Amino acid sequence: MSSSRTEIESLTILPGTTRDGKKEGFDEIVIRPGDTFSIVGPTGSGKTAFINDIEVFAQGDTVTNRRILINGSEPGEALVRDPSKKPIAMITQNTKCLADLIVSEFLEMHIRSRKLDGQGIMEKTISVANEFTGEKISPHMRMSALSGGQTRSLFIADAIVISNTPIILLDEVENAGIFKDRVIEVLREEKKAIIFVTHDPYVALLTGTRIVMGNGAVTKILTPGRKEEETLAEIARMDAKITHLRERIRAGDLLSGLEGVEA
Amino acid sequence: MNVKLIAIAGPPSAGKTTVVKQIIRSLPDPKKAAYLKIDVVQAWEDEEIAAEFGIPTKKVYSGDMCPDHMGIMVIRDAMEWAEKKNGADYLLYESAGLCLRCTPYTKNSLGLCVISAVSGTHAPLKMAPMIALADVAVVTKIDLVSQAEKEVFRERIKEVAPDIDIIETNAVQGTGMRYLTKVIADMPPAPSEKDMLRGVPPLGVCTICIGKKEIGWQEHFGVIRQIDAPDSIYRGD
Repeated sequence: MSSSRTEIESLTILPGTTRDGKKEGFDEIVIRPGDTFSIVGPTGSGKTAFINDIEVFAQGDTVTNRRILINGSEPGEALVRDPSKKPIAMITQNTKCLADLIVSEFLEMHIRSRKLDGQGIMEKTISVANEFTGEKISPHMRMSALSGGQTRSLFIADAIVISNTPIILLDEVENAGIFKDRVIEVLREEKKAIIFVTHDPYVALLTGTRIVMGNGAVTKILTPGRKEEETLAEIARMDAKITHLRERIRAGDLLSGLEGVEA
Repeated sequence: MNVKLIAIAGPPSAGKTTVVKQIIRSLPDPKKAAYLKIDVVQAWEDEEIAAEFGIPTKKVYSGDMCPDHMGIMVIRDAMEWAEKKNGADYLLYESAGLCLRCTPYTKNSLGLCVISAVSGTHAPLKMAPMIALADVAVVTKIDLVSQAEKEVFRERIKEVAPDIDIIETNAVQGTGMRYLTKVIADMPPAPSEKDMLRGVPPLGVCTICIGKKEIGWQEHFGVIRQIDAPDSIYRGD
């Protein structure tokens, strides 16, 4: 849709420093279209700072001293500063929308700022968002009145449909009570490069590469390949059970044992 | 005069002082900066900045006077104080950030308007004069909003000032400030101590200004307005 955008072949992360000022233990991390990454590690280990560096295209000017390259070189100013050319959308943990507008006004303004032809884009965004959330969003709702899950769903849909960025960063997608399976499915269909910050074993095992954080730095980069296949299948079953239980509890059921869960 | 004059305006708690600190930190020689804070009754920023950077700082209180009025009165002396007395290359002066109607930018200064990304989509329209006359809008607290909100907020600023330079930052961390550093490096010093405001200040001397307390236009003369008077959006001229 945005023809003026630079074609992204790769995004490279160059090492920064640990909290003790030592060099991070990797040479470079390269992200290409269609790649999926998860960032794991204890709380406070630097996961959010890692994706923040990517989002702002750090050039040694953040606390971590990392540098980010696009197609092998420092990105040009327009690519970093002009939102309509920026190849990255980050969906943060802050799920409170501060914009004092109704959903349709907000999306219309965003569509206009991206210089897109508005026909049907707004409707598509809302319908994609409604695949992720239990309570449907309608165009006349106030943005600031949406729940955390609805806001997050709308922003993910917005990143896919309106921003249409090749790289999407998601900070703890599992925390908003949205249908994360569906989110991951849609993102995969769209062939985006996706980076999840996550504490969820299922999300972590679904991604191709796992980056482990500690002390503000990358401590390990894992590419499990097929080694975790069986575990993943098992976790997928467990996750489906938990999801099923969650939906029944949300629907107001009383549960006695786990009957019906296997279904 | 060889001092670079940087005016920092913005509503209260937008992050003006945090931006000031990042600017000082990013200067080739931070010791060459001087700082002036203009406020109404209380301010501590001058002490904070003096303690952190060891540079000359000053504050003036406007008391019963409008703080931007105060600024207009003292800024020439402040330049002299910064350059002649303290050998500063930069004078940063921070406004009180109150009514947003009058703006402290002068023709010789770099006008920075600091607005917080969490202040709401309508905020740029409410602060129109302050944004319209600035060179750069520094949008702070950018880490607290989503990509879409950022873009919509930006669009709103552009509605007020289509050509303004917008710099988005998490000022506490200093992300994005490298673009502001470049603007400051490229700006020329003030050519002389004689300078002019960029926009016409609001009409200031009226029967209310001189202390008349009666309400209703019937009780006043000079600039009066009635309830059905036509609206006008001030755009800085």
